[in-house]
Amino acid sequence: MVPLSYYLVLSGFLFACGVAGFLIKRNIITIFMSIELMLNGVNLSFVAFAAHWHALAGQIFVFFVMVVAAAEAAVGLAIIIAVYRTRETLNIDQVNLLKL
Amino acid sequence: MTSSLNLWLIPVLPVAGAAINGFLGKKSSRTAVSTVGLFFSGAAFVWALSVAWRVSSADLPYPEYIAHWIRYGQIGAPGSFVADFSLYLDQLSLVMLLVVTGVGFLIHIYSVGYMWDDPSYYRFFAYLNLFMFFMLTLVLASNYLLMFIGWEGVGLASYLLIGFWFTKDSAASAGKKAFIVNRIGDFGFLIALFLIIQHFGSLEFTKVFDSVAHLPAGADTETLLTTIGILLMVGACGKSAQIPLYVWLPDAMEGPTPVSALIHAATMVTAGVYMVSRSHLIFERAPTALMVVAVIGTLTALFAATIGITQTDIKKVLAYSTISQLGYMFMACGVGAFSAGVFHLMTHAFFKGLLFLAAGSVIHAVGGEQDMRKMGGLRSYIPWTFLTMGIATLAIAGIPPFAGFWSKDEILWQAYSSTHGSWVIWLIGVITAFITSFYMFRLLFMTFFGDYHGAKVDEHGHGTHVVGHDDHGHGEPHESPMVMLAPLMILALLSVVGGLVGIGNRFEHFLDPVFNTGAASEAVGEAASNVTEYMLMGISVGVALLGLFLAWFLYISKPYLPQKIADRLNGFYEAVLNKYYVDEFYRRIFIKPLIDASTNILWQGLDRKIIDDTVNNAADGARHVSDEVRHMQSGNLRSYAGWIAAGSAALIAFMIWMGVR
Amino acid sequence: MNVHLILFLAFGAVAVAGAVNLLAQTHPINSALSLIAVMAALAGEYLLLGAEFVAAVQVIVYAGAIMVLFVFTIMLLNAGVEERTQGSRVSVLLGIPGMLLGSVLVAWVVLRHSGTEAVAAGALPGDPKTIGQMLFHEFLLPFEITSILILIAIMGAVVLASKPPSSPANAPAREAE
Repeated sequence: MVPLSYYLVLSGFLFACGVAGFLIKRNIITIFMSIELMLNGVNLSFVAFAAHWHALAGQIFVFFVMVVAAAEAAVGLAIIIAVYRTRETLNIDQVNLLKL
Repeated sequence: MTSSLNLWLIPVLPVAGAAINGFLGKKSSRTAVSTVGLFFSGAAFVWALSVAWRVSSADLPYPEYIAHWIRYGQIGAPGSFVADFSLYLDQLSLVMLLVVTGVGFLIHIYSVGYMWDDPSYYRFFAYLNLFMFFMLTLVLASNYLLMFIGWEGVGLASYLLIGFWFTKDSAASAGKKAFIVNRIGDFGFLIALFLIIQHFGSLEFTKVFDSVAHLPAGADTETLLTTIGILLMVGACGKSAQIPLYVWLPDAMEGPTPVSALIHAATMVTAGVYMVSRSHLIFERAPTALMVVAVIGTLTALFAATIGITQTDIKKVLAYSTISQLGYMFMACGVGAFSAGVFHLMTHAFFKGLLFLAAGSVIHAVGGEQDMRKMGGLRSYIPWTFLTMGIATLAIAGIPPFAGFWSKDEILWQAYSSTHGSWVIWLIGVITAFITSFYMFRLLFMTFFGDYHGAKVDEHGHGTHVVGHDDHGHGEPHESPMVMLAPLMILALLSVVGGLVGIGNRFEHFLDPVFNTGAASEAVGEAASNVTEYMLMGISVGVALLGLFLAWFLYISKPYLPQKIADRLNGFYEAVLNKYYVDEFYRRIFIKPLIDASTNILWQGLDRKIIDDTVNNAADGARHVSDEVRHMQSGNLRSYAGWIAAGSAALIAFMIWMGVR
Repeated sequence: MNVHLILFLAFGAVAVAGAVNLLAQTHPINSALSLIAVMAALAGEYLLLGAEFVAAVQVIVYAGAIMVLFVFTIMLLNAGVEERTQGSRVSVLLGIPGMLLGSVLVAWVVLRHSGTEAVAAGALPGDPKTIGQMLFHEFLLPFEITSILILIAIMGAVVLASKPPSSPANAPAREAE
């Protein structure tokens, strides 16, 4: 029997890795993948709680999270392609025009 | 009285005229403006006459209620306050009413001629009508509050009219000076009103005087009434140019001469006398306040008369004469002879108004010159003006049977014989009468006798103001047109016969219902011996003639003497010529510190340093802070991500900590 | 020690290793492959929790479609090894310690307070039939809205990624004809 807290710790660790990657990495695509990692971590905790509380709604929610993640990945990658076209680089430090 | 007198028409007609002329006058012709101005002031006079005709002594006092105004609290309950727009007619206000509307109307007629060439013709008549409105409100008001509105309003009209030629610096400053000095007096007046409200709960004349009459005799009552009386007198000093607030009146001569005649001789300056007379019940129960009034009036009369001896500007002489004669009126009130004061008010309106208008005629004749040393010998050029001015001078000097003799003599007699009077006051009054006669005849002789010292009259007369002067380029002084002479003649007639109503104390008996309520009457004046009265009468006539003789001696017989006397009395003469340096004194003691304090403390300190700097520093501070914070927006997406992560971590930690607690 | 726990630990180890590797690798394609490994491991975890439909969807959609999309993009943009550039001090100094602290805190709290109730394997059957029932009854509205969301995403992606319109020099020439 696996206690709920184990699942939660694993989920939290995956989330933390996602954030760390988001902050450390310089390649835009890698940053995007870190975001997906974060979402996965959260999905795990949703399903764990669904099993714990015997509420199927948790799994439904995971379903929706995945849909949103897919949409977001599609649009985000399109943006990356557009940025690459203009800036010729995938280094996030060189996409620095968002300032006063 | 079954039908209403419609008193309200009397003030309202002039204000209608003021509105019409004020708003429509700029584009109208001179004739139209004159018609409107004369019609409305004339209508007010006619209506006042009709009121006087219709009303009989049995109907007075006659209150007329017009409209609600201030109603506070439950009516009748303590702590409530009611002040309404209502008018009050009794013998006193009837006298004032006729004087104001009558003399006012005559001066309107005169102004048509005098101001004809002025570019702001319509404005003059608008202001003049406005003044009539306020003055009539003051005189007819039935409570102190409405009277105060009229009081302030005439001050406003005076400011507007003194500074009529506002492009001239001296005129604008004179207007300001008048208004500000008036305000100082008004402050005292207001405090008195507050005290009246506090202790009597109302400002209605009838209610207040009723309460005053029912106050118990005692030290407290007397202190209260003395305080109120002195404060009322402060207000009167401001408005009626008594010591120490008289300094605005000589400067007010910057205004056009009809203004000086109407406002600063016949009507506005008498408002103080009217107010004190109206409040006589308060004064009669506060002998100290009465004494203050008498002392101020007497001293002012003497003081101003001495200054009048040396002045060379014809209007300034008349200005100081006005201050002096007002002093006589207050002297009368101060010895308890209120009706004598009002009597002198009436005769003074006639002859002083006439003197000013005639002076205007003289100035018009010589093309704007006001310095008497440049006049002389005008008798042959302007005979009608000379005649009327001569009559006025005889009246003011107190030579019988002209008007001034009756009123001035009555005052002097009361000063001697009344319970509140004393022979000291009488003596000073007599000396002042002598000086008055002297300087007035000096004015007459310098202006009309001897040789003409003036320059040739040209298109634009040199002088202190632009006179309505037509195309007379022939260089000779000339008589004024009929429209200006007619009022002179009417006023001259009044100066001759106006005093006759005083014979046998008829005037005083007419005013008895007003002044005999409550306090002990001055019947003592009747009881004293007739011999004394005739003897004093003889003395006052004697000094008047003495003044005439001295003036003749110094200015006709031996005209070189005055200069020699002036040289001998050098320092003293200079002091008197410079009005005893009172203006300079005020400037040093009051005005300069005020201006300095205002500049240094309020402007530099408060306004610049505190307020401006606060605003500027706030702006600078905001800019500095934003300069620092700006670095957060580096454009570097990773730093944005870092901030988001840090913030969310803090938030999560907080939520967990809250949940765990 | 039972099978459940062992399997959990096994899958968990794979997930952790993949996550750490994602951080450690410099070439994005390596990071992508690590992520696929993580997702596969997570699919195993879902099976342990009895959510078979979710596990299947995870593999098909997430690992199968989204990650393939990522790989295609990497190929399209010819992403190379990451350069070392001046990063952001804030992110390194604040973000990493912040998240570390946060996750340690969470872990500590969770482990301390959530007792030892166990989640049984297959406790909650997540078969497609039940999920379908729920999806089309209680969650119908969100379902329809997400379909619109996908539509919008499709349009957005197409617009954003399409080739920019022909250069301005050509347009006036065409107009002038």
